[in-house]
This record gives sequence, C-alpha cells and structure tokens, in this order.
Amino acid sequence: MPDYTARELMTIAAARKINDGEIVFCGTGISMLAAMAAKHINAPNSVIIFETGAIDSQLEEIPMAVGDSRVMLGSSSNSGLADSFALMQNRTTGRHVVGILGAAQIDKYGNLNSTAIGDYFHPKVRFSGSGGACDVASFVDRTIIFMQHERRKFVAKVDYLTSPGWLGGPEGRRKAGLTGNGPSTVITDLAVMGFDDETREMVLEAYFPGKTPRMVLDNMEFAVDVSRARELAPPSARELRILREQVDPQRLILG
Amino acid sequence: MNTSPDKVMALDEAVARWVPDGAHISIGGFTCNRNPMAAVYEIIRQRKKNLHLYAHSNGQGVDELVGAGCVARIEIAYAGTGRFAPTCIRFRKAVEKGSIRFEDYSNYQMTLRFMAGAMGVPFLPTRSSLGTDIIHRWGFPREMRRADPQLPDEKLVVMENPFGAWADTERVVLVPAIRPDVTLIHVQQAAADGTARIAGLTFADVEQAKAARHVVLTCEEIVGPDVLRSHPEHNQIPAIIVDAVVAVPHGAYPTACYRCYDYDPAFLSDYRTAAMDDARFGAYLEQWVYGRKDHAERIAQVGSERLAALKADPRTGYATGLRR
Repeated sequence: MPDYTARELMTIAAARKINDGEIVFCGTGISMLAAMAAKHINAPNSVIIFETGAIDSQLEEIPMAVGDSRVMLGSSSNSGLADSFALMQNRTTGRHVVGILGAAQIDKYGNLNSTAIGDYFHPKVRFSGSGGACDVASFVDRTIIFMQHERRKFVAKVDYLTSPGWLGGPEGRRKAGLTGNGPSTVITDLAVMGFDDETREMVLEAYFPGKTPRMVLDNMEFAVDVSRARELAPPSARELRILREQVDPQRLILG
Repeated sequence: MNTSPDKVMALDEAVARWVPDGAHISIGGFTCNRNPMAAVYEIIRQRKKNLHLYAHSNGQGVDELVGAGCVARIEIAYAGTGRFAPTCIRFRKAVEKGSIRFEDYSNYQMTLRFMAGAMGVPFLPTRSSLGTDIIHRWGFPREMRRADPQLPDEKLVVMENPFGAWADTERVVLVPAIRPDVTLIHVQQAAADGTARIAGLTFADVEQAKAARHVVLTCEEIVGPDVLRSHPEHNQIPAIIVDAVVAVPHGAYPTACYRCYDYDPAFLSDYRTAAMDDARFGAYLEQWVYGRKDHAERIAQVGSERLAALKADPRTGYATGLRR
C-alpha cells in the first residue's frame, strides 16, 4: 500500500464525491485541490467556477486565493461576483452546483461558523467571515465541507451561524425559506461524514484506514451514529500519482 | 458625474480632494488582486481618519487601511488575502481589540448592495443568508442607525415573496443599497476623460464605481482617447462617472494586476510577519508608506530585479512558475 498523508486522502476522498458533469464551486486551499483532483481523476467533464467570476477555469497552477490571476486562465468567461453568484442562485444552473466549503466550527446539522469564536462583538478569535460561503450554502443542492477533526470544531452549537446547513433539522431549510439542500458530506482528517436522509443529522460514513469510530467520536462535542460506518478505501496508486504530479506538483497546498 | 475631457491629476491631490476624514468609501479588487494599493497608501500617508469602509473581499487594501488606523467602521463580507493571511491580520486584531466597529454580510449581498446603489433603487432581493446570524446579528445597533442618515434603519429585511410562490421562492432577503462618497479602483488602461478598460475579472469594481458619488481611478497607463473608444465594447467604465484619472504604474502592487504583474509573495510573507506585531507593523508603515513620498518611490525601493520576477507572462497573464 502506498504511503500518503491525511491531506492527500482528504483531497481524494472529496474528489471521489464529485460527479462528472457537475459544476464545482470552490474556495481557497484544499477545496481547490479537490476540485482539480476530481477533474483529473474521476470527473473530467466537471466545471470549476470561482465566486470571483471565472467560469470553467483551465487551471495550470494552484491559485493561492480565488482572486488570484491563475483562476482567469482559459476560462469560458471571466466576469465578476454578480454573475458568479447569480449562476448559483439561478434555478437551472444552480441545481448542478456542488459547493466545497470549510469552516472553524460545525454542528450536527452541518451549520457552519467562519466568522468568530466567542462573542460576536468581543470575539476570542475573529475569522475572515462569510465571503461567498453563506451564499453558496444558501443556494446550491449539494455541499462538501472540509474540517479539521477537533472537539472544539465539532460543537453542539456554533458561536455564529455564518452558512446554513440543515439549520434545525429536516424542516429547517424549508421553514427558513431556503430552497436548496443542506450539506451532503463532511471530510475531516479522520473520517468522511454524511447526513441521515430522515433526521438530517450527521452520521459517520467512513473512517480513514488506521482510525476507528471511537477516535472520531472522541474528537467531537456531539455524538453521531456510527452503525453504518466502514473503513475508507485508501488512495489508489493512480489517484496519488495524478494528485502529486499533475494537480499540486509544487505542493503548495498538499504541504 | 463629471463630463470634463481631462481628469488627469496627481494622486495626492485626488485623495486630498475626494477622501475627506469620515468619508464613506469603497475600494476595488479582490483579496490579492487589483487592489488600488497606491491610492490606499496615499490615504494612509495623508493620515485620513474615521473612514467608513464598504468591502466584499477586498483583502490587502482593507487590512492596510484598518492597520494604519484610517477606518472607524467597516461593513464587510470577508477579510482574507489568501494563503499568507487566511484572516487579514490587522483586521483580526482590530476586531478582537474592539478598535473598529464592524458588520458582517456575504459577498453576494455586498455585491447586490453596490448594484442597488448603482441602479438607484433602495434595495435588491436575494435568497442568501435566510436562517443565519448574518440576518440576526447586527454590528450597528438600531439607535446608531437611526441617528446616522448615512446608515439604513435596518441591516437586512426578510420579506415574503410578494408574487406568491413565483420563481419557487417563498421568502427573500432585502439588502439595502450602498452609495459610497467615493470608490477608488485600479485598472490596466484609462483615457484622460475617465473611460477605462479592466482586463480579466472585474470582481465588483464596476458596481462599486457606479454606486459611488465620486470615482478616483488609478491605472497602469493612460492611453490616447481613440485606443479605448475604437473598441468600446471592451470598456467597462464610462468616462462620465469618473472624477480623477491618475497614472500609477504598479499601482496595485503588492497585489496582482492581471496581464501586467503578479502579486509579490515575498512582500506578502514579510507583511504577514510585520502585521503580527504592533511595533513591527508601525516600523513597516514608517519604512514603506510614511517614509516614501509617493508610490513611485516605494516601487523603486522594491527594486527592478524583484519586479521583473513578477512580470506577467503574455500567455497566462500572471508570472508563470513564480516562486510562491
């Protein structure tokens, strides 16, 4: 079995969740890497879009931010924020978008905090804020969320609800007036989590090779159903080779 | 609104005239790209105070304005400059210390707010943020809004769709228009009358410019009027909305300017180190901003070798293979 890092497996686990033909909204860092990996490995007809307005970028180098000129290369069109978010709110194109997000805190319904830890006005730690994350989470039908698997990040209640997940449960989004679905997948450095079709609560879908459901639970403030969990297939030699040689050869994000 | 055929002026004059203390301003660009940095540094150099800043994800420019103490209030969607500062450091410190007032929105909401300002309507609707704290938590309390005619009475308003279930939408969030006193943007090319062309992503620059009472436009080069007017379909900024045109080569440095130069990773890394510490940040401002009479002097200090490494590859529009 080839050696690999947790970050590599996280990227590949996310890439496997991207379907061919989907529009992939990505932010910075590992989400961009996952989108590029999917395009190279399993979803060649997926289309990468950025909130800055680049649609179907032909990335040759990893952008360090979604405003990086690297996202503009070979795009089908380069416009601006207004167009990009409209595409996700649009009732035709929006239904085909899978959003990839990250956050500082997440709760069992996949609601995200990327704004502040502690009191909003006097935070212990202030983060960047929503950016386009709240917009994406509000509009699209499928989101994949990257998280570090730590107890202080998987919390009973987020300190600030920046981006809507399933809100309060199965009826949460409908009651709030949101059309699209909440998150479908959470990928951490220990596991892949899904959401139950009935309760919309987070469940353990798969744990990384060498990890256990117990380790997953020990690093969360809330409990999740682990009865359906299996061990995740390690990255194949092909997946690793493409990731390392074609997607991030400079290891800007893989580290 | 200004129909003068020649708006070319010096940057210090443009900033002195259009950015008074307490002005409501917005700046163009996004995170590490096409921020109007020369204008930002001139605002800092002139020690402007109590600015009210409207930002979507303007990044480096926002962080330096906040860090230099020019900003009293900020309405913002995102403060980050990419890998070197996933959260803008001086912004984070200012919020954690309570030295600025802030209010959070999403990027689309800020874009729509500028668009509403540009269109002359009081608000625009979106489905974004229903059920979130972006709606529930106001950074500026109601009393403060009531007392200030430049702030809308409400942060955001949730409204039942007045057209029934038309467009499969039950409810919308109304976002209030923004009308900055001045928007400052940096573009690749402009003519003396203010006609301007942005290469690559426009971000929200066009909406921001059209929403503002005044526009200060810096550019890599001023070109003859026929150059841009022979292909007007490629221009985004009509002359009439612009008040000042300033030629500032490397005017977006240290952020990128597509097809001209890349962001400077070495600078952004040094900035990160400086920004982490109050004394070091003060020394940085002295050395790079207050201690330089203008942007040209600052760029000269960067040095031609370093600038050459950032020069955009004509094929890609960025510095291909740049050591980052």
